[in-house]
Amino acid sequence: MKNVSSVAVPKLSMSGVVPFLQSTWRNTWAIFWKETKTYFTSPMAYIIAGVFLAITGYLFVQSISTTFPEASIRGWLEPSTTVFILWSPALTMRLLAEEQKLGTLELLMTSPIRDFEIVIGKFFAVLVILLATLSLTLFYTMMLFWFGDPDIGPLLSGYLGIILFGAATLAVGMLASSLTSNQVVAAVVSFGFLLLMVLTNQAADITTGLSAQILEGFSLSGHFEDFSRGIIDTNNIVYYFSVIATFLFLTIRNIESRRWR
Amino acid sequence: MPELMIEVKGLTKYYGDHLAVDDISFEVKKGEVVGFLGPNGSGKTTTMRILTGYLPPSSGSASIAGFDTMTSSLDARRHIGYLPETVPLYTDMTVEDYLRFLGTIRGMRKDRLKIRIDNAIERVKLGDYRKSFISKLSKGYRQRTGLAQAILHEPEVLILDEPTVGIDPIQVVETRQLIKELGQEQTLLLSTHILPEVSATCDRVIIINEGNIVAEDTPDNLAVRLRGTEQVQADIRGPSAEVIKAIRDIPGVTSARHIETATGSRYNIESASGNDVREAVATMVVNNSWGLLQLSVVPMSLEEIFLELTGGEEHEDA
Repeated sequence: MKNVSSVAVPKLSMSGVVPFLQSTWRNTWAIFWKETKTYFTSPMAYIIAGVFLAITGYLFVQSISTTFPEASIRGWLEPSTTVFILWSPALTMRLLAEEQKLGTLELLMTSPIRDFEIVIGKFFAVLVILLATLSLTLFYTMMLFWFGDPDIGPLLSGYLGIILFGAATLAVGMLASSLTSNQVVAAVVSFGFLLLMVLTNQAADITTGLSAQILEGFSLSGHFEDFSRGIIDTNNIVYYFSVIATFLFLTIRNIESRRWR
Repeated sequence: MPELMIEVKGLTKYYGDHLAVDDISFEVKKGEVVGFLGPNGSGKTTTMRILTGYLPPSSGSASIAGFDTMTSSLDARRHIGYLPETVPLYTDMTVEDYLRFLGTIRGMRKDRLKIRIDNAIERVKLGDYRKSFISKLSKGYRQRTGLAQAILHEPEVLILDEPTVGIDPIQVVETRQLIKELGQEQTLLLSTHILPEVSATCDRVIIINEGNIVAEDTPDNLAVRLRGTEQVQADIRGPSAEVIKAIRDIPGVTSARHIETATGSRYNIESASGNDVREAVATMVVNNSWGLLQLSVVPMSLEEIFLELTGGEEHEDA
């Protein structure tokens, strides 16, 4: 009799998974760390964060300069999503375009590192810059607590929403950056794409029925409205995660495609 | 341990309709230093990119240390140190940070990485610049940084694409010396379009033209095959009529020609193969109390080699 267990040994045993995870973690971390360091050692991160704060600061002041100001972040949060359409392309344009221009992508792709590790590591690096920048806007929130009594629910959901919205725009920018070695082209492409994804919401307003629903379903800003009202809808969270996953997947495939062409 | 470190079988690569590499096969044994010689656009870089797993072959296969570059790409890449033609550098990093980053993604542990960074920097003589930003380095030092990166993880196979292009002559000599040293420890494939470089460093030469291997031999054999005569160039200060007469009197000289250049008089001296007349020329000049400004062997250019190997006039305009 043959020993059954010796026949059906799974190909991917635990002993193969652990080193895989270890090396993936190490490689992704190395890319992430290098990228983050590059942003913070150059003036880039500070300029980009500074511009974001200047614009949102203005929006914040405007939102509380009314006769009956509201102690909420909604006033500046909603218009600031528009800022991301320009801000994210500026942040992400160099991520892969520069690697192609410098020829370092060849170096990465001939190193024992997987393509998705490059993409994920870089995505998390810009995500950290997004989070760092947004954390500085907490100053506005502190002022709200100082002078008023804001509702904590919409505040948290608002921040969750803006993080998801921002992360989605970064993923779009990353795909654009993988398509070209020219940073300006990358920025313009991602700007155009993001604008289109936001404008579908307005297109939805002038149409009715199914087409309006579809347009709204695709809209980046349409899914944000609930968050700023204090509603956390799984539907919206799934939407943003899908956008992020889709664009990162396409970026990875695009990088990989160099190996088949 | 596989004896063959690089194995290429029937490798073909099309870029769209353009045939870049046409069914080539070759092997590189462990410890061998092989020169890949060919003009620009002959398929050297394409072949190297396929070997390093950057590009896929259209057909055929390539393997490094027994690992197929397509099906076991990661394993194959672990055994390679690669210096592409345009040195890939993160200009906003310091030399040390750059090496540390590349060591990390090659899975080197911290303690080993530290030792290896020191070693690689010492090897390529970058000691004074290890904390400098790469953007501030001159072309020669950038090339060295690229080399340091390639040898950092002590790869079994080193693939260097035109390692001496665009750096000054002193650095070229140093780089060749380094390549020679590396060749004693590692399997090495380097591409170049300069013949003396191959004879100075390689055990074996593979000549490639228009995607085909046109010759494969040791540098010495190739030189004999290709060169009927030796050519020496000398810049001599002195009365040209007398100088040329004296040169023609040197035993072994088959012909001599006088050319007036912007800097003075130049003489092209030809002699039979294997007969180096440089010493005789130098002695003659000294004996006559003339001034010897320059004396060198005229290397046979690759274009000449190709003309000889392919026998085609049609290559002249290429």
